Amino acid sequence: MKDQHNCENCPVHHTENLIRLGIAMDRVDYVVALAGNPNTGKSTVFNNLTGLRQHTGNWPGKTVVRAEGGFSYNEKRYKVVDLPGTYSLLSTSTDEEVARDFILFGRPDVTVIVADATRLERNLNLALQILEITDRAVLCLNLMDEARRHHIEIDERSLSRELGIPVVLAEARQKVGMDRLIATIEEVASGKYVCKPHRVRTRSPKLSHAIEQLTNKLSEQFPGLPNLNWVALRLLEGDQSIIDAMQSGELGKLGAGLITAQP
Amino acid sequence: MEQQQNNNSENILSLANTLRWDLGVDLHDAVIESIYEDASRIARKTVQSTGEKATYNFERKIDQLVTSRWLGFPIMFLLLALVFWITVAGANVPSGMLASLLLDTVHPALKGFAANIGLPWWLSGVLIDGAYLSMAWVIAVMLPPMAIFFPLFTLLEDLGYLPRVAFNMDSLFRKAGAHGKQALSMSMGFGCNAAGVIATRVIDSPRERLIAIITNNFSLCNGRWPTQILIATIFIGGAVPSYWAGLVSAGAVVGIAVLGIGFSLAVSWGLSRSVLKGEASTFSLELPPYRPPRILQTLYTSLIDRTIFVLWRAIVFAIPAGVVIWLVANIHIGGESLAEHFIDWTNPVALLFGLNGVIILAYIIAIPANEIVIPTILMLTVVSAGMAGVGHGAGVMFELDSISATENILRAGGWTLLTGVNLMLFSLLHNPCSTTIYTIYKETNSVKWTLVSTFLPIVLGLVICFFVTQLWMLLA
Repeated sequence: MKDQHNCENCPVHHTENLIRLGIAMDRVDYVVALAGNPNTGKSTVFNNLTGLRQHTGNWPGKTVVRAEGGFSYNEKRYKVVDLPGTYSLLSTSTDEEVARDFILFGRPDVTVIVADATRLERNLNLALQILEITDRAVLCLNLMDEARRHHIEIDERSLSRELGIPVVLAEARQKVGMDRLIATIEEVASGKYVCKPHRVRTRSPKLSHAIEQLTNKLSEQFPGLPNLNWVALRLLEGDQSIIDAMQSGELGKLGAGLITAQP
Repeated sequence: MEQQQNNNSENILSLANTLRWDLGVDLHDAVIESIYEDASRIARKTVQSTGEKATYNFERKIDQLVTSRWLGFPIMFLLLALVFWITVAGANVPSGMLASLLLDTVHPALKGFAANIGLPWWLSGVLIDGAYLSMAWVIAVMLPPMAIFFPLFTLLEDLGYLPRVAFNMDSLFRKAGAHGKQALSMSMGFGCNAAGVIATRVIDSPRERLIAIITNNFSLCNGRWPTQILIATIFIGGAVPSYWAGLVSAGAVVGIAVLGIGFSLAVSWGLSRSVLKGEASTFSLELPPYRPPRILQTLYTSLIDRTIFVLWRAIVFAIPAGVVIWLVANIHIGGESLAEHFIDWTNPVALLFGLNGVIILAYIIAIPANEIVIPTILMLTVVSAGMAGVGHGAGVMFELDSISATENILRAGGWTLLTGVNLMLFSLLHNPCSTTIYTIYKETNSVKWTLVSTFLPIVLGLVICFFVTQLWMLLA
């Protein structure tokens, strides 16, 4: 990535380019999802990005609060959707389902994973699960001030190499690192930075074959549904919520409905 | 077409089923395991903890202390008691100052002004003796304790202590057949029950959520804290030597709050074994790191979000209530006011419960907001006791510049230590305010459960007060 000392040449330097849009969000160029464990300062990052005027409502059919905001940077307009804080995307709580469905079927242009630098390992569990279902993500390593206080050092370059996505250090409560985060979001959204996300390797030849068989069937049944591999794997695991969604026909509708979901 | 689609879906599912049997049943675990392995491998590669972990260990030590099996609850009670003691001790002087300003100075000035411009007596009565006085009373009595209590409570929250409380309570709630997260919505209820009811949304299972909604009213909300603090100061504090008074009355308020938690657990237990049967579901609760509280921001947000918010609500409801009080005290039928009729009529029954007709009428008038219970009680007491020389005539919420003046009126109205105790119990165990009732209806979408949440606490309260009173009579 860029040489950080060359401030004047760096697009990050021009923070005056940032305009917080609040809820005025007609004509959106990119959709950004904000994911992360609880207690990582995700809401603080959200507030820093979008300013205080936000649009809150519920996720369709759920009693989970959905917050949206927006900002404009370098003449592009970004809509930010705050996902519920979760520890994983695997189990069956409503929060996890909402977060998972949005990343999976709402297809945000960038998913920002906010992680607690003092508890990286646990936060990586969620990050890796997110990277299973999306190609474009940024890891925002928040609470760096606390990590320093606890004498924890993180090699963000090799972390970025391992995960295959950019890593941004931040102290959101002090508004540190936010300009860099926005610039990185732009790079990923516009395709300037191409992510090569880490994928967990468990797949035996037998499993790969099974997934392939299912994926073929699925693409006939639900043309246009993204992340078929992931859906196939969940079906093989016997994930009840995906099975239910298939039986009710909801799965087919998911791809279309989520981005424009009504509050 | 629809049928065709369903068939296809079923085909895919049955294919998935066959393949799953081929792969072995532990696939799900294998996937999770490999994710955890990768996470820990990457973390090992990229994270270095250099040198000593002093602060970390220090936090662990504190956590071990405040969540320990033996010390966790005593520490919790002590912290709560400390907060109330500071509130009780600190609120008296500013309360007196506000009262003398709003009631002794502004009120006569307003009356004089009304007389000068020739306002009819009933209009100046409704507006100044009803609406204005009840508002002034609410400000004088509620603002100082709230301005002390809420910042202290917010500081505890900001430090990260509340998740530890939830952690301590979790196993108790699970034993009661409720969700552990009910500890969180319960804590929220200590601020406002309507907010607590909305906070139950964090609970996924509808059964456990209903239990949490029905029992949220057992968390003393901030409309009831001032009642508890005032009555405890007058009757409980008044029953012990003066150097103990502050401590004992703070202890009594904590006792009522803890009793509320006890009822919350007991009712949850009863519900989960009768009409809302089922197993408690599990969840993970993270203890967030202790964060240095941001004092100024805490003061600001607790003043704006809580103190001013609650005060505003109290004022909004106090004004019409003041009008109603003035009217029921001044509309006469057959020589007696409406209020006196009602009080005479309910008194014999109310006395069985150790309460009196005044308290019953006050709780009916105060359904919109618990905050105005005490002003209403005082006013009605004066009316029904026919006290001469206090206030400015029938139905006037009069000036009370000190707690001892309140005490004199209540004692003159026939109040005893028993009445005080029962009022504290009834304040804990009665219907939620109308805002909360409406919120419960919106959240549950069910008239039945709204009625249950409304009447269950009243029935409980009457039963408890009845037994306390009868026992007291036997022993005394």
